[in-house]
Amino acid sequence: MSTAELVNHRPGRSYLLSAVAILASIVVFVVPFVFIVLTAVKDRQQAALLDFSWPHQFQFVENFVAVIEARDYMLVIAFINSTVLTVVSVTGMVVLAAMVGFVLQRRRSRWNPFINFIVLSGLIIPPAVVPTIWVLQGLQLFRTMTGLILIEIAFGLSFCILLFRAFVATIPRELDEAAVIDGAGPLRLFFRVIFPLLRSVIVTVVVVQSVNVFNDFVNPLYFLPGDQNATVQLTLFNFQSQFTTQYNLLFMNILLITIPPLVMFLFFNRQIVAGMTSGAVKG
Amino acid sequence: MTFRRRTSGLALAAACSLALTACSAGSLGSSDDAGGSSSVTITYLAGNQEQDVKEAQQLIRDFMAKTPGVTVKLESRPGGTEGDNIVKTRLSTGDMTDVFSYNTGSLFQAIAPQKNLVPISDQPYIGDIDENFKKTVTAGDQVYGVPAGGFMGGAVLYNIPVYTKLGLKVPKTWAEFMANNAKIKAAGVAPVIQTYGETWTSQLFVLGDFHNVAAVESDFADRYTKNQAKYATSPAAKKGFEHTQQVHDAGYQNSDFASAKLPDGLRMLAQGKGAHYPILTGVVNDMIDTYPNGARDVGLFALPGDDASTNGLTVWTPNGVYVPNTTTGDKLEAAKKFLAFIASPDGCKSLATAGVPTGPYAVKGCELPADVPQAIKDMQPYLDKPGGSSLALEFLSPVKGPSLEQITVEVGSGIRKAQDGAARYDEDVKKQAQQLGLAGW
Amino acid sequence: MSATSVRPRAQAEASPAAPPAKGKVYSPYSNWFYLPSAVIYGVLFVVPTFASLYFSLTRWSLFESKFIGLENFRLFFQEPQLVKGFTNTLIFAVITSGSKVVLGLLLAVLLTSQIIGRGYLRSVVFFPVLVSTIGVGLTFTVLMNPERGLINGALEVIGINGPGWLTDPKWALLSVALVDVWKGVGLATLIYIAGIVSIPREYMEAARVDGAGSWETFRRIVLPLSRPATVTVIILSLIGGLRSFDLIWAMTRGGPGFTSDVIASVIYKQYQAGFYGLSTAGNVVLFVVVTAVVLPLFWYLNRKEVDM
Repeated sequence: MSTAELVNHRPGRSYLLSAVAILASIVVFVVPFVFIVLTAVKDRQQAALLDFSWPHQFQFVENFVAVIEARDYMLVIAFINSTVLTVVSVTGMVVLAAMVGFVLQRRRSRWNPFINFIVLSGLIIPPAVVPTIWVLQGLQLFRTMTGLILIEIAFGLSFCILLFRAFVATIPRELDEAAVIDGAGPLRLFFRVIFPLLRSVIVTVVVVQSVNVFNDFVNPLYFLPGDQNATVQLTLFNFQSQFTTQYNLLFMNILLITIPPLVMFLFFNRQIVAGMTSGAVKG
Repeated sequence: MTFRRRTSGLALAAACSLALTACSAGSLGSSDDAGGSSSVTITYLAGNQEQDVKEAQQLIRDFMAKTPGVTVKLESRPGGTEGDNIVKTRLSTGDMTDVFSYNTGSLFQAIAPQKNLVPISDQPYIGDIDENFKKTVTAGDQVYGVPAGGFMGGAVLYNIPVYTKLGLKVPKTWAEFMANNAKIKAAGVAPVIQTYGETWTSQLFVLGDFHNVAAVESDFADRYTKNQAKYATSPAAKKGFEHTQQVHDAGYQNSDFASAKLPDGLRMLAQGKGAHYPILTGVVNDMIDTYPNGARDVGLFALPGDDASTNGLTVWTPNGVYVPNTTTGDKLEAAKKFLAFIASPDGCKSLATAGVPTGPYAVKGCELPADVPQAIKDMQPYLDKPGGSSLALEFLSPVKGPSLEQITVEVGSGIRKAQDGAARYDEDVKKQAQQLGLAGW
Repeated sequence: MSATSVRPRAQAEASPAAPPAKGKVYSPYSNWFYLPSAVIYGVLFVVPTFASLYFSLTRWSLFESKFIGLENFRLFFQEPQLVKGFTNTLIFAVITSGSKVVLGLLLAVLLTSQIIGRGYLRSVVFFPVLVSTIGVGLTFTVLMNPERGLINGALEVIGINGPGWLTDPKWALLSVALVDVWKGVGLATLIYIAGIVSIPREYMEAARVDGAGSWETFRRIVLPLSRPATVTVIILSLIGGLRSFDLIWAMTRGGPGFTSDVIASVIYKQYQAGFYGLSTAGNVVLFVVVTAVVLPLFWYLNRKEVDM
């Protein structure tokens, strides 16, 4: 921060600039969220006007219950599905990517450039959808939660590996050597010595990827269709047609699925910033 | 190596949690099976539009009341192309529910009925099903489905008070229709309601005009399937696109046509803020739910063509209910009973309880209730008159392109000219025909 | 290009720990660690990617495929709607990543300065990054409603007749791009903040001693030294922009007509219609486009960095 203070060192300008910035931020960034909240608690008629006004009557509980009960508690099922999907696939990504990132950084072989190339291409190449479905069908995993979890892991690995590899480089090799002298095998070295040291980058990966997976719309749309399997993003999309005249319920749904990222944000605000900045710029 | 054991334990735990998740959360709440332990449970897959869900629930409720020992669970799927895709993939992966409802005609042909479905030609009720409907669910020489609901008309719904006030007469030709529009516009009412916020509603000038096309070129459907007739080169068929464009060029659309959605269109129609709404009669029920006066104030006429004497109604058949051949044993028996119920007068009654019918039923012995809305009543004369109605093209030919709705939105928004739109659609259709492997493409 | 970007680091670290790794007898860095990732990644990503090269040359129904040569690609480039999707993709990617670079840098400078409510501002700019794209898309679809939406309502108050943001063919793609920037600028800002914060304090002090003003400092020090951040922002947002689908699908579904279609939405539409071969061909086109745009850029930007 100190460097930045020096960039704008004339203190007098700050007040006006601050006022303008705060005002602009309210108009541009806060108003849409206030709009979501207000519309979510309105009654059906008032919500249909789509205007930015104070609700005539607060129907928070009624709208909440209506959204939850819609289609046989589909939203509840979807929240369970999304939670399972997010927790399992992010756990998988962290463990697997950390292992690869570790070995990739430590062990040098003539294969490394090739492996690096493969990892990077995962970040750039758009997945081929229909052939992936074809493979999943061959494995009997199409339309299954297991299949979708594996898909999320496969598509998320590249990003995680790059972050882990960059971070492992900052861990001194002497630690490895000491552990090996103490008689640690590869697994013990990794899980007991290295993995705990990766804590900060793990937090970053967990936060970034859980938000990604939780908000993912495309992969469930392609690989896990069907109401019983819906994830929260799909319910929103499905409700859009059902709630064409009930904007209050549609926005209640938006509000509800915004809460998990919000909680994540409140808890990890600092880590996200710290982790993203160290990781993204380095990687 | 004491450590290794522990990590393998960890791996095991991870594997277990992975296996556990294989069963996703499934169903909660009210649709859990209430039946006894000896009962058969079958699952019925229907569309997720509000009306579809209501009808399916009512059918299930009445069927279960009549048939002890069988429990039916409802699953829903999106409509449109998204739904097509789900049905296709579930059928081809052997993952279809025990009973499902799906389109008839071209889309029915596209799900390979002979390979995937159980024929029902030997069922006792087969003679009670309307011949026209049967044609649209026949592949080879076998019938595969029963009608879930009534026929639908693709026509112009109009506001009767606006007509009375301005002293207008129901038009039989396009010229009369446009003359009416001019007067309506002069009176400050939007003459033609269009709702491109929901793209499918934009297609009616083209699809609903098919009776008029067939009146001029009686073999159009056949030649169309064989790649001999084209929208862009058949003057009669092209009319639908031209009409879409004319309405836009003359400024007869409601001002918010580009963003309005179906409910907005129904509101304008029922409240007399718009005079005409070319649409499927399937929406009448929705309208009356929200605006009860629509039952009295909204009437129907067929899309007008060039010739008043051959003017008639284009008709959509109801969805069929089918059994996939992955359903076997007790479930197959239960599924057959369910179909028999749907194809009986009791089934129609059940449907009528769930909502206003979309048109006459396709099962013998099913009468429309006496208090049907005016718009539905207006369909009857067309159907009673010989040659007064035709099935829509999609029930007569397997060829239907997926992008028509985007093309008609473009033509109706002035982005593309009619001629170009028709040519565009011919291209679109080509892909479909090739994918189906039809001869001559 | 990965090789060039990776090698320097690998070589730099080669010396200190060479002895244990060299012994072929025993290595604590087991190749088995690659195995689970390699299996998942190989089966679900690499295999489909290669399979797509074949299937893009077929008419395909998931069960039967008929080889038709380059017919799908011919179709893809013959149809105006598909070509439109192609150009739209490029326009969308360039607009969004360009805006993110400019706005992100400006916001980052602002948010690293002595400004009141800095913590609040950082949070509020960043939060949309975490929110569901579909939720954002639906919300803005309502806000951008031409007749009743809040945006045009507000514009009317100050005497401007707002356009049909999502319904006017001229505006639809731009409006979606605008929302994409709204949602994504927080990430760009964050990356720039990190870049600016890591600029050594001495540089700034030196500049100040030399009597450089804010603008001079920005131009001579902040701008060149936040170059790595710029590279990251450009690459990330270009890849994201070229592959973008969620937001467009939630807001316009490619409409009105085909005017805001991008390659990814065309791919989805062909998939929905059951044209699996054509859809896969679209995938290959997208793959080629992304690679052709991103790789040279990546190479160019990284090379420049080394030169400095």
